[in-house]
Amino acid sequence: MRAIVIAVVLFCWGAVAHAHKPSDSYLILKVSDSRVEGQWDIALRDLEYAIGLDANGDGDITWGELSARQGAVASYALARLKVAVRGAACTLQATDHLVDQHSDGAYAVLRFAATCPEATGPLTVGYTLFFDLDPTHRGLARIESAGLTQTAVLSPERREQTFDLAASSVWQQMWAYVREGVWHIWIGFDHVLFLLSLLLPAVWLRVGRQWQPVLRFATAFWDVLRVVTAFTVAHSITLSLAALQVVSLPSRLVESVIAASVVLAALNNVYPVVSTGRWIMAFSFGLIHGFGFASVLADLGLPRGSLVTALFGFNVGVELGQLAIVAVFLPVAYALRATWFYRRVIFLGGSAAVVVLAGAWLLERALNIRLLS
Amino acid sequence: MRRSIIITIVVLGSVLSGSVAYAAPIRPTDPSVVLERLPLKRGDTRAAELAKDRALLAAQPGDPELALRVAEQYFDLASAEGDPRYIGYAQAALAPWAADRGAPTDILFMRGKLLQWRHDFRPALELFGQVLQREPDHFDALTWRSAVLTVLADYEGARSDCRALKKTKGELFWGSCLAYVDGLTGKAAAAEQRLNGLLARHADASPVNRLWLLTRLADLAARLGRPADADRYFQRALALGVTSQYLLANYGDFLIDEGRPAEAVALLRDWSRSDVLLLRLTFAEQMLNAPEFKAHAGALRDRFAAAALRGDTLHQQEESRFLLRVERNAGRALELAVANWIIQREAYDARILLEAAVAAGRPDQAQPVLDWLAASHHEDPHLTALADKLRAKSGP
Repeated sequence: MRAIVIAVVLFCWGAVAHAHKPSDSYLILKVSDSRVEGQWDIALRDLEYAIGLDANGDGDITWGELSARQGAVASYALARLKVAVRGAACTLQATDHLVDQHSDGAYAVLRFAATCPEATGPLTVGYTLFFDLDPTHRGLARIESAGLTQTAVLSPERREQTFDLAASSVWQQMWAYVREGVWHIWIGFDHVLFLLSLLLPAVWLRVGRQWQPVLRFATAFWDVLRVVTAFTVAHSITLSLAALQVVSLPSRLVESVIAASVVLAALNNVYPVVSTGRWIMAFSFGLIHGFGFASVLADLGLPRGSLVTALFGFNVGVELGQLAIVAVFLPVAYALRATWFYRRVIFLGGSAAVVVLAGAWLLERALNIRLLS
Repeated sequence: MRRSIIITIVVLGSVLSGSVAYAAPIRPTDPSVVLERLPLKRGDTRAAELAKDRALLAAQPGDPELALRVAEQYFDLASAEGDPRYIGYAQAALAPWAADRGAPTDILFMRGKLLQWRHDFRPALELFGQVLQREPDHFDALTWRSAVLTVLADYEGARSDCRALKKTKGELFWGSCLAYVDGLTGKAAAAEQRLNGLLARHADASPVNRLWLLTRLADLAARLGRPADADRYFQRALALGVTSQYLLANYGDFLIDEGRPAEAVALLRDWSRSDVLLLRLTFAEQMLNAPEFKAHAGALRDRFAAAALRGDTLHQQEESRFLLRVERNAGRALELAVANWIIQREAYDARILLEAAVAAGRPDQAQPVLDWLAASHHEDPHLTALADKLRAKSGP
């Protein structure tokens, strides 16, 4: 064996200066009200090495071969995972078997439920999967509870880790939802475009059939404040009603009306119908936008114990996000209000573009088709 | 601190793109649909031998000879395929001696080899040192230590280990060892001549030995400004029929530098499994505006994100090159190139740091490489041109 020659040696080392994807599994635990649900993505290559999946030995793992070994996969994997709440071990039960593709190949997706004797308290994860076969294996864990996400890397050196879910205090929880709210406004183009369409004329006054630039900043400021406040009050009302499950509307209807509201708000700039009463428009359509926010909040998973915190935090986040947009918009619009560029390009051109874009959304959402990629 | 910020950004980015860990799982309907192709078939002789040894080892995990044999087979597989899982399997075979300073000499040595694979160069050197304390003429430990010292740019240390080889084996070995170090330190022409002589005089050298000599010769010829000769060396190396990540990566880089991306694509098309080779393939496809470019760039992005989730820093050189060429993010590329230079100091580590410093307009960050270039007298027209650019930027 010592006959390895220098060439092999040096040549091997040459290959070494590079990396490749090592073995990882992805473990997600969702904790809510004494229920723990898990999803565990485990590479098929690793399962093949550990328990054998390729029944006919042809080098290909088919869905049929994996399906036949589902029981073995679940018992092998779940025996190497311990979940405990407040020190009391939970019972793990496989609930579903799927497959997924990650950057380095196919993974078995094992869904499971944990039944825990303790309802609340710190969550402990003990992980030993594949450590005996491949000490470089890592478990990449993501623990989600009450809108908070914690991540951890489980390794042979750190097999057991405890996550203080209670430490997600009211403030931390609220902060998490505030961030979600800001984020949603930031990526929620429909809400932003609706608001901006209503705000574009705020730096002008309608005199007869003509637009005139306002003379004082305060005039524009109060107009913006009226519109933004009306929008905020309206969507806060419906967001709360929907989150508390007092009212519920089908999401396709809500999303379609939101798109329609954007079309109308922008159209009103091109063919003015409502000029001074734009805050009424903001209020009426704001009611519908609130339902849109509520569905996002519902997707985040609402903790029953801290619903009010979540609701309040999310709403504050939405308002902060809105405020940031207005704070950028207003000074710029005020500075440019008397220019040809603002009147022609931003106001008319921008509004027309919004009409087209939101019109496409409206068609997509109402007819359930895809126009934009 | 910086690392945690990087991880946060990557995690955030990957959650947003929904790519790394959180794509939507599916339930195939057709049982015959192939989910995964295994790199080794069970019928394969290599696989069969490994499986047999693995089963024997499972029955008697403390048997040093058996453990070593399994570890060596996996190590060789890792080197050929570039797949780090095999390094993990090799490590598992040596687990009974994981922290044992009194382990058998060859097990200590193998642990060192595995450590350097993970770029844990200092601990690896320590283990090689322990081996050589016990057996000063341990051929493998000497060659490996000289190789690792070269990566760390300790050329005097490397030379001294090459000279110590004279007591162990013939000139083919110590001669090529010395010529290799000379080739990196301002004596490229003489090194090429010597390696050529060794190649001619040892017609009986094994294919892996010849492959090693030929890839080094190709590198020397390219750096001496004779691309046609370099190409001939590469072609001769390929003709040996030995699978080598190192050869493929270097020839790929050469073809890209020479503006021959179509040939690089043909060479690397079937190697997307290997990150290192996928990187070269993606660069070539980018130059050709090939339709596969987007998907391959996305795959690399995902793999770098997945590595960051683990906290791995093994691939900083590759990621830096990717950031610079594909993402056009010179700032981040430079950060990684600087961090990478602290760990390893080979020619391409130098080159990416210089390239990133030029692109980011930060000649100050390149100073360590400029110092290395001046001290080592390393000959490489690419590096010299970059260094000139940086000097021009930083002014007199």
